[in-house]
Amino acid sequence: MDKIKIQQHIQKYKDVPGGLLPLMHAIQDDLGFIPEESYPLISHAMSLSVAEIHGFVSFYHHFRTKKAGKNIIQVCRAESCQAMNSKSIETYLKDKLGIDYHEMTDDQKFSLEPVYCLGNCACSPSIMINDDVFGRVDKEKIDKLIEDIK
Amino acid sequence: MTIKIFVPIDSTAQSLGSNEVAHKIEFEAQKRNLEIDLVRNGSRGLFWIEPLVEVEYNGERIAYGPINEEDISSLFDAKFFEGGKHDKYLGKTDEIAWLKNQERLTFARVGITDPLSLKDYIDHEGFVGLKKAINMEAQQIVNEVKDSGLRGRGGAAFPTGIKWQTVLDTESTQKYIVCNADEGDSGTYSDRMTMENDPFMLIEGMIIAGLAVNADHGYIYLRSEYPHAQDVLNKAIKIATENNYLGQNILNSNKNFTLEVTRAAGAYICGEETSLLESLEGKRGLVRYKPPLPAIEGLFGKPTVVNNVVSLATIPIIMSKGAKYYADFGVGRSKGTLPIQLAGNLKQTGLIEKAFGITLRELLYDFGGGSATGKKIKAVQVGGPLGAFIAEENFDIELDYEAYSKLNAVVGHGGIVAFDEDVNMAEMARYSFEFCAIESCGKCTPCRIGSTRGMEVIDKIVARDEQPKNVALLENLCDTMVNGSLCAMGGMTPFPVMSALKYFPNDFGVESKPSET
Repeated sequence: MDKIKIQQHIQKYKDVPGGLLPLMHAIQDDLGFIPEESYPLISHAMSLSVAEIHGFVSFYHHFRTKKAGKNIIQVCRAESCQAMNSKSIETYLKDKLGIDYHEMTDDQKFSLEPVYCLGNCACSPSIMINDDVFGRVDKEKIDKLIEDIK
Repeated sequence: MTIKIFVPIDSTAQSLGSNEVAHKIEFEAQKRNLEIDLVRNGSRGLFWIEPLVEVEYNGERIAYGPINEEDISSLFDAKFFEGGKHDKYLGKTDEIAWLKNQERLTFARVGITDPLSLKDYIDHEGFVGLKKAINMEAQQIVNEVKDSGLRGRGGAAFPTGIKWQTVLDTESTQKYIVCNADEGDSGTYSDRMTMENDPFMLIEGMIIAGLAVNADHGYIYLRSEYPHAQDVLNKAIKIATENNYLGQNILNSNKNFTLEVTRAAGAYICGEETSLLESLEGKRGLVRYKPPLPAIEGLFGKPTVVNNVVSLATIPIIMSKGAKYYADFGVGRSKGTLPIQLAGNLKQTGLIEKAFGITLRELLYDFGGGSATGKKIKAVQVGGPLGAFIAEENFDIELDYEAYSKLNAVVGHGGIVAFDEDVNMAEMARYSFEFCAIESCGKCTPCRIGSTRGMEVIDKIVARDEQPKNVALLENLCDTMVNGSLCAMGGMTPFPVMSALKYFPNDFGVESKPSET
């Protein structure tokens, strides 16, 4: 665990009202996940119990406490995408990457996550790779996107 | 003369390759020694023909779309920069029927301007409302908003002016304006479009809200799924601050207003206002009991205005054109316009701003062009995952808060998701419970436990296991959730479930319609 980096983030947010939310984003953006070993440091600096911090992190789908793949693929499971057969996209991606949701490929290149709406509903089905959204995806488009990353 | 070309930067346009199109146009122009001014404008919201490339020729905008990288070379060959004819030529943008048949008030500038150009914003009537408001008494501003009839566009439809009045009337040295930008409903994207394509309009609306209730700080609570909107908003806030629209002594008025963006973390429930406030305070997003109302004890215990993006973004036009102008649109108690978002299985999807009173049939067929798959449209979910499914027999009911309420349905945030006849409505009903189980904050029992029990009961009904008994049990469970849940999450999940069962009993393997609930 990178204690120095985490301490720097804590220093920045510990006195900000509501600072726990931006602090957790800062740690995850920096390290790729929120190591549970950081909880005692945050607890000490922000006068929160470790249980409160655990409760906070586990409440939000965006936060994770384990390392993720280099590229995060989010597949929209919400109604608009369902209306455009997103189920076949889910199955195809799971088979192609050989992983289920919340898992990482063996080469650590990809993680797969479900998401409930990307706001791209006019062009369903949609997926998001890291910060980029792709609309009207089909199997060929997915093959190309993954090939480009590899 | 420099050629002016527009390629949208909206994230849906990007999701269809508008960045690649923009690069290719620059490359091609350079190759041909043509001097161009490439503007990355917002999207007009005609998503079935995005990326929509426009050129300005003889003072008018001409549209071409949908454009992909392969079209660029032939576009230049056809002299599209002089309005030349091409397979993808669509004529004058303003004459496209989809746009012409709208009443764009809030979205008047969207797609026309460069989202981060302050000059564009001001040239298109930006900050006119603020300049008026800055010389008005707080109570006068609140009166104007009340008279406009504006109701919360996030979904709850509570009168915005009354909320503001409560905050204004509550004594406190510190008050806040919170913008709810946690747009999580499937089928909706009007908040995202507002923030990405006309961010100064939201900023202006929030400053006016601050003036109206004497609040000097605002937060935009933005969902984490919208990184592009976050980037645009942060840049716009910086520009507005540098130009004295935000900060201390704004426009030399002795009034202060500062603004910041807080990134949410992927919890649907945080779109519920009290859950949102808990989250902003750095806690789990557990729903609060009301009272006290957030208008009296909101963020950090202070009086707080919590309004949706579109509600706040509609304030500038109400202030600039007057309450009456706005209130003259719409029907009954649903005044003004609603940005409607067509999504799901439709040929022509996108954003339509219309006065209340349009019917679903007009939206689905006149604007939407029918289903994308060419099959019959079987059901339409209006108002997000907590909204009822509407069957064809009700496609002619006017879109208006009260008319929908009579149907046990909601207009919500104006999202419309169409399904063709391949959809199985029992599966959709089960999904509604599944979604509720995934996203429930867990505070109240009907929502936390009811959602999981609901899935199990639907499985039994579909398996024809003691069907009459289980249908009665499902009705009973839904009744408990509607009347016993703390917020709309558990309280409205039964809407899609019961509407699916009522209008499509065959999909559940149920012979006859269940009793009215």
